[in-house]
Amino acid sequence: MSTFDYAPAPESRAVVDIKPSYGLFINGEFVDGSGTSFKTINPATEEVLAEVAEASDADVDEAVKAARRAYTRVWSKMSGAERAKYLYRIARIIQERGRELAVLESIDNGKPIKESRDVDIPVVAAHFFYYAGWADKLEHSGYGSTPLGVAGQIIPWNFPLLMLAWKIAPALACGNTVVLKPAETTPLTALLFAEICQQADLPPGVVNIVTGAGETGRAIVSHPDVDKVAFTGSTEVGKAIARSVAGTDKKVTLELGGKAANIVFDDAPLDQAIEGIVNGIFFNQGHVCCAGSRLLVQESVADEVMERLKRRMATLRVGDPLDKNTDVGAINSAEQLAKIRELSQIGEDEGAERWSAPCDLPSNGYWFAPTVFTGVTQAHRIAREEIFGPVLSVLTFRTPSEAVEKANNTPFGLSAGVWTDKGSRILSMANRLRAGVVWANTFNKFDPTSPFGGYKESGYGREGGRHGLEGYLKTNEMGADS
Amino acid sequence: MRSDSSLRRFLHGLPGVDQVGCEARAAGLGTRSIKTTSKAYAIDLAIRMVDLTTLEGADTHGKVRALASKAMRPDPADPSCPATAAVCVYPDMVGTAKQTLGDSGVHVAAVATAFPSGRASMDIKLADTRDAVEAGADEIDMVIDRGAFLSGRYLDVYEEIVQVKEACARADGSSAHLKVIFETGELQTYDNVRRVSWLAMMAGGHFIKTSTGKVQPAATLPVTLIMLEAVRDFREQTGQMVGVKPAGGIKTTKDAIKYLVMVNEIAGPDWLDPDWFRFGASTLLNDLLMQRTKMTTGRYSGPDYFTLD
Repeated sequence: MSTFDYAPAPESRAVVDIKPSYGLFINGEFVDGSGTSFKTINPATEEVLAEVAEASDADVDEAVKAARRAYTRVWSKMSGAERAKYLYRIARIIQERGRELAVLESIDNGKPIKESRDVDIPVVAAHFFYYAGWADKLEHSGYGSTPLGVAGQIIPWNFPLLMLAWKIAPALACGNTVVLKPAETTPLTALLFAEICQQADLPPGVVNIVTGAGETGRAIVSHPDVDKVAFTGSTEVGKAIARSVAGTDKKVTLELGGKAANIVFDDAPLDQAIEGIVNGIFFNQGHVCCAGSRLLVQESVADEVMERLKRRMATLRVGDPLDKNTDVGAINSAEQLAKIRELSQIGEDEGAERWSAPCDLPSNGYWFAPTVFTGVTQAHRIAREEIFGPVLSVLTFRTPSEAVEKANNTPFGLSAGVWTDKGSRILSMANRLRAGVVWANTFNKFDPTSPFGGYKESGYGREGGRHGLEGYLKTNEMGADS
Repeated sequence: MRSDSSLRRFLHGLPGVDQVGCEARAAGLGTRSIKTTSKAYAIDLAIRMVDLTTLEGADTHGKVRALASKAMRPDPADPSCPATAAVCVYPDMVGTAKQTLGDSGVHVAAVATAFPSGRASMDIKLADTRDAVEAGADEIDMVIDRGAFLSGRYLDVYEEIVQVKEACARADGSSAHLKVIFETGELQTYDNVRRVSWLAMMAGGHFIKTSTGKVQPAATLPVTLIMLEAVRDFREQTGQMVGVKPAGGIKTTKDAIKYLVMVNEIAGPDWLDPDWFRFGASTLLNDLLMQRTKMTTGRYSGPDYFTLD
């Protein structure tokens, strides 16, 4: 060997045991369900991983009934300190089985093992630990301590287990029970989580997992005995949910799409800003609602930033998600790949300049090379629509005010990034940007103590931190007991 | 004309370094998994990059002869094992090292300029350098005046490097290679590391080196990352390549491989060569040898199977 090529370093699959078929997890047990089934595949190879039950309306009804029983008879009566014990136990089991969860997540989702191992799973455990700590301190939350009842939760495919944790941990800590539907392309870690609930001796019915697609989701949202709907996913589906629960007593939180501006000023720490740009858009193949998909760079450093960015992109290692040296994995589904390709083509057709790092993509599976578009303006569709893939649109600005105007000129408002060495500018930008999260000299940092959520069409309600409790408690305006 | 203020304007105009981001990047590269053939390649490369070092008050001619023998034949049991790049000694030991190494190709590096503190007058520092060069040193590892740098006397630091480089000239017109030691543990901030790197490169240093090994912390991954970015950017602007040498505190193969990954991905593969990257180390070599033997035989052997010097 005469050059430093990294030899394959695959993480072993031996640690996971994928069954040929999976049922629904209702009332503490796996049951067959009365509906049809669907296949979940490995997006990196197109290999069929398992057959998974598609929950029918009747199955969802069973799950909601089980959740209601568990809520009335056990969970809402249990003291916060007792609920906390279960949550701590779940958190510890997640850590103990961390490798297994990480490998399974990478197989079913396509994300690099580096990320599932170092980001997803540790943050999942951290969420359960964090909300376990709240369970017996809710009186100090500012939102009272009265749970809502049964929560119907629908989560996306981009961070399957992490989104499950964001939903389930606060719900349970506050004394609610849940019916959760994982995304149809990534159900496996949620089903493994169901096993963990059994292992933790969680009372039956407190957590119910029903797999399926849109119809199953609709059945949860429209079920009359669901008190709360929590959804993370596309703005389109979010709007449909908001319409369908309008006029009911259901409490709703929605965490939807984004088109975040990552703003680089001329005095930014450039090498770290490049890392932040790369992390902002290529982390998790860009399948991130808060991805920094619009780079706003000050014109005076635009050329230098682009040069450095392209050089950096050329070192990204795209390929086998289970290889420990992979930086960018597979696109989650054929459908998503088609959408990314379509919007990228539109970007070209509208006259933006497209550039991809040279890289060999595997022949099977769904792949898209990290791509950057320069010469993008606010009038381009790729500057307005969420691509949800490894595609960056680069725009320039001249002054801080122009940066703010452009950053806010979007129907979304989930996140933003500011890169500058000037502390005062960070503060003034953070005040003027209409986004739920503003990162300063970093990007895509997640912590259970920090609230997360959107402005405008990026949704409403907050998840994480003390604020995340509000969505699962009866506040005084709602006629809480206290 | 160069002046303190023009140097200051330039150095302080370089992009700043965000500490958290820089450390995260270095840690991220540290998670690369280097196995099988690439590990074997990295180990041999690392051995070839070692400046095998002894810089003790207790050094003797016997000790230096032993070190030099080890540098030429790190693993007497395996002739396929490459030699190290150099041995690194105090100026008064250069002759002894040179005599033992002969024409083996292993260089002699000498620390000079009132190493490790650098607190002596310019005449002494230049005499120290000339003495080492005359004794046959192939490379000079000088220390900068950290006091001058920290008080903003950039021109003094610059001029000192220029003059020491002149003192590296030999009678036959050739010249010893100059490595410039920053003692980053005393400069402390990453912004300072970036600035001093540019200062030393502009003054004509062939190599930039983190530390003397006498101050903690010595070499770290983030500091070396900043220096690798500096040599990369310097080549982009001037076309000239400058080498990098982390020194002190690198003890294991695992550490050495992390540095090589960083060289590969930050500066680029052109720097994966003993001409452009070195490890200043003493105990690292035996760990590299132990891992090398493990790679070739499939078994770990005890420390008694590797020579102590």
